[in-house]
Amino acid sequence: MPRQTHGHAEHHVHGPDCRHHHAQSPSNTTARADGHVHTASCSHGADAEPLAVDPTVLLCGRGLGLVRGGRPLLEAVDIDIRPREIVTLIGPNGAGKTTLVRLLLGLEVPDSGSVHRHADLVIGYAPQRFDIDGALPMTVARFLGLGLGVRPGSVLETLGEVGAAHVFGQQLRSLSGGELQRVVLARALLREPNLLVLDEPVRGVDYAGEAELYTLIGTLRNTRGLGVLLVSHDLHVVMASSDRVLCLNRHVCCSGVPETVAQHPEYVRLFGADAARAFAVYQHHHDHRHDLGGEPAPMPATPGLPDFAAVPVAAKETGR
Amino acid sequence: MIEPFLLRALAAGIGLAIVAAPLGCFVVWNRMAYFGETVAQASLLGVAFGLMFKLDLTLSVMFVALIVAGLLILAGRQTAVPTDSILGLMHFGALASGVIATALVRGPSIDLMGYLFGDVFAVTGEDLFWVYGGGALALLAMAGLWSSLLRLAVHEELAAAEGVSRHRVRIGFTLVLALTIAIGMKIVGILLVIAFLIVPAVAARPFAETPERMVVLAALVGVMSTILGLALSTAIDAPGGPSVVLVMAVLAGLALAAPGVRRSP
Repeated sequence: MPRQTHGHAEHHVHGPDCRHHHAQSPSNTTARADGHVHTASCSHGADAEPLAVDPTVLLCGRGLGLVRGGRPLLEAVDIDIRPREIVTLIGPNGAGKTTLVRLLLGLEVPDSGSVHRHADLVIGYAPQRFDIDGALPMTVARFLGLGLGVRPGSVLETLGEVGAAHVFGQQLRSLSGGELQRVVLARALLREPNLLVLDEPVRGVDYAGEAELYTLIGTLRNTRGLGVLLVSHDLHVVMASSDRVLCLNRHVCCSGVPETVAQHPEYVRLFGADAARAFAVYQHHHDHRHDLGGEPAPMPATPGLPDFAAVPVAAKETGR
Repeated sequence: MIEPFLLRALAAGIGLAIVAAPLGCFVVWNRMAYFGETVAQASLLGVAFGLMFKLDLTLSVMFVALIVAGLLILAGRQTAVPTDSILGLMHFGALASGVIATALVRGPSIDLMGYLFGDVFAVTGEDLFWVYGGGALALLAMAGLWSSLLRLAVHEELAAAEGVSRHRVRIGFTLVLALTIAIGMKIVGILLVIAFLIVPAVAARPFAETPERMVVLAALVGVMSTILGLALSTAIDAPGGPSVVLVMAVLAGLALAAPGVRRSP
């Protein structure tokens, strides 16, 4: 059942570059011209219009809802991922993070709302669970080339890029958790994507390897100019390496730059005050802001003001 | 001088072993052994229908196998009961109704044992046409689906997210399975036909580094078992199909017991 309080009617406004062309509402496009790109995903209050789709956005969801067995798994979720932007989806277990990813990937059809893909979108996806059945003999090299039509040379090159060149000839089955994650990441990269979707990429990786993997993801964003959608239940390390964090608990509780989300009452309620305090330790220094196209740009001369403020979408989620 | 009936039996068994190898490997990789078995045993109903309405048995078996596979896929979507229990339900339900239906068919007494365990030495020239004609079709379909099948076997969600159509592959796979069951019924019967899929693939697994090598090894095991099994059968006057399957099972057991095979500690 869609949440009427959010004003999410069943109509959607699409930008000119979106695949499904609908009539474009002028009021929404002018509303988009205020330069506040980041606010797009969370500036809707009680009676707001459905958000317009920004033409530069790689992948976006509008008013996404999914009901299974009479229970809402997701309600009125808006999400945008822009080029060269690392968006992290956090939330407790059962918050619907993987469900949202499945909707965005087209693996499941939403009951309400819609997903819009940029015309040039190529997704490299690394799923959460990657348990290799021992019955299937398959080397890393073979897996990476499977159905992609790539040269063995570029397979080795990409494996090197993710720091796993040494497993080239090994059986998938023999890899450690961290090696497997890197191999799956390499396959995602071999599709030459402009958006990486990584569902819990550090699952089964030790703490040191975790930090290393996030650094790698940041590097890939910079060298390849990728947009990244990360899913995590691990808060600190992942938040520090994100441009924008979406805190999900069936609906978007709050979103914004990591520093702002960590102080948000909804975040504190979900993860506890300790998590909010601990996050301060891991904050990275923001030495860039994001321009209209989502491109990182040098900080303006007057830092200090956040370029984006987290706005609560639904402060109360009780009495259902 | 080899008798013509023995030559036909050899040709049929070897043909089935080759056709079954790629399909069998895929069944093993996807843990679909019980699924295949259920579809095969349910196809006894197809025999009954074919006899009742005087249809071509191969076609009616294929038809029933497809319907049962479709029902299984639909029933697999419910979440109240585990899938293997649903398979058990269909398996026994279909087998029981198949036995009853064949018993009710009027006319010359039906050789139920012949359908359940096959009669490899009674293979006719027309049967051979089905084995090789249908088999070639099945192999072509598998070759066309191969890359998609492998991607789904590695990780179904990843393959689907990358654009592999699960629906198309599932339909293709089910068609090939039904065709193989219909072919194999003549040779080893509906109770043993799935052994031709699974057992050689199991024997091949410990020695295969790539999926294709596993298929080739499985085909070799199947062919070897056919030759040895039929030899055993003529030597001690044992039923043909079960002799071949017995040799296969022994080879698979030896392969799993071989030194160097991965075992859990």
